[in-house]
Amino acid sequence: MTATPRWRRRLRPYLLAAPAVLLCVGILYPFFVGVAYTVYNFSDANREPSFVGLNNFADILGSDALWHSARVTVSFAVAATAAETVLGVGVALLLHRSSLLGRLLERLLIVPLMVAPIIAAIMWKLILLPEVGWVRPILSAVGVHGYRGTDGAGAAFFWSVVVDAWLYTPFVAILALAGLRSLPNSPFEAAAVDGANWWLTFRRLTLPMLWPYVLVAVIFRFMDCLKVFDIIYGLTAGGPGDATTTLQISAYLEAITYARYSRGMTFMLILWVVVYAISFVLVRYLGRVQNRAAGISAGPSAGAQAGAPAGAAAGAEAG
Amino acid sequence: MKKSGKAGGILADAALLLYFAFSLAPVVFIVALSLKSNADQTSTYLRFAPTFANYRTVLGLGAGDSPYLRFFVASLICAVGAVLVSLVIGIPAAYAAARHRFRGSESLLFTLLSFRFAPELVVIIPLGVLYQQLGLYDSYVGMIWVLQLVTMPLVVWILRSFFTDLPAELEQAALLDGYSRRQAFVRIVLPLVRPGVAAVCLLAFIFAWNNFIFPFTLTSSHAQTVTVSSLAFLGGNQVRFNLVAAGAVMAVLPPLVLALFIQRYLVRGLSFGAVKA
Repeated sequence: MTATPRWRRRLRPYLLAAPAVLLCVGILYPFFVGVAYTVYNFSDANREPSFVGLNNFADILGSDALWHSARVTVSFAVAATAAETVLGVGVALLLHRSSLLGRLLERLLIVPLMVAPIIAAIMWKLILLPEVGWVRPILSAVGVHGYRGTDGAGAAFFWSVVVDAWLYTPFVAILALAGLRSLPNSPFEAAAVDGANWWLTFRRLTLPMLWPYVLVAVIFRFMDCLKVFDIIYGLTAGGPGDATTTLQISAYLEAITYARYSRGMTFMLILWVVVYAISFVLVRYLGRVQNRAAGISAGPSAGAQAGAPAGAAAGAEAG
Repeated sequence: MKKSGKAGGILADAALLLYFAFSLAPVVFIVALSLKSNADQTSTYLRFAPTFANYRTVLGLGAGDSPYLRFFVASLICAVGAVLVSLVIGIPAAYAAARHRFRGSESLLFTLLSFRFAPELVVIIPLGVLYQQLGLYDSYVGMIWVLQLVTMPLVVWILRSFFTDLPAELEQAALLDGYSRRQAFVRIVLPLVRPGVAAVCLLAFIFAWNNFIFPFTLTSSHAQTVTVSSLAFLGGNQVRFNLVAAGAVMAVLPPLVLALFIQRYLVRGLSFGAVKA
């Protein structure tokens, strides 16, 4: 160890990280090329683009299409994340009771999560088809008639949220369950001795202590929902009309279907900036919550602190 | 842990059953549909004579040729390639980020994390144009290169949390015993994180395998993957629902089987180490 010269020791981490840095640079290059597109009018029809300044931004920010897709995207992200959080935390709480049935079913929790989103969309498309699927017979069994799959605008949106919730509720549940299992026992024992009922314990103890864990899931889900593509494309392709045209679908239509690269890239850049800003705020909030949680559980019983704040939050906080 | 009476227990079990019915019914449905004959495919009942004819057709074993197997192999090549490359590049970076606080280490990590949250089309649009010029469009190399974006952040973030968990004293002891830095890493550190590396491999493979948008936009036939071809099955004027189902089942099988091996590490993997388990 002493034989290694100082400069080599100082250099070591840089050498180890160099290939990853190169990879980042390799991806940043096309990214910046793409950013450059936004000030040209580059498209398949216009292979020799001319400089148009901020016209693309002015065009797109002034168009109804952007604001419509932004509304669809945010509604989808809020609805899906909320559904997954409530369902996921609920399932985690139920599994945490550890009944025999719970232990048996827990192994099956991850099954939807391993299905590729596009395959999930295809599966659900088949289920929702009035001719072959199970939804129509189930609905008519409970007395709901006139089911037409994803034909209506409201129905298309609703089923997109259902498919996302089907796929990702296990994600929230797995993280929440891990959180529940790492909570210290003593506060709950104390609450039981004091005779606190289930609801009070849940609201005053379980939920606040669990929140740092659930928050990680919420942030991951919300960010992913803002850039949803596979599920919507596979299920409704953005339709009917533009009812489920999210920002990524709009950008895809612009850039790939109509081959208007500059407009598509401008769409994407606007979404990217928004996602980046939101993720920055959320990750800071996560860092604060996790630090506070660590502060609470530090002290004499710090040994029991299995789920210390870590990883993503700390790293992103500095970024 | 919680005792809230027998009635509460029954209610909880009922709620669990309800959720798992919702969660598993689509899987049962798709498997059933994939085993139905053409005559049975539009019947919603579970009572039918199961046949493997659809799987034989999809795999091109019966009459007629099927490109599905080729797509399956392409998926394997692209996913395995992406995992291998991101391991070779990611392990040293993860180790460096865990053991040393060097200038730029946090921004490197954050840049990698931002790949996870950035909308893919941000790079696909320029990459598509670039790939056409470089001849990388619809090639394995091109595919492996973009799937890096999916697997690399996973590898670096998760392995960093594994490396951080190992006490640095282990390596110091090895160095005192006369090991070189490299020997200490290869003989002491790496074997201890082997379960983590295995878990990361499988998880990265699953993510790469399940990706749709990259192969969808950057391949056409040669390097097309199963996720893309599954969608193509739905098109055409004569939709054979049972064939679509058989293709979907086969595309889901590899990730599902692998997931059974990494269940223990799933939490850390899915949350990029933000929640340890």
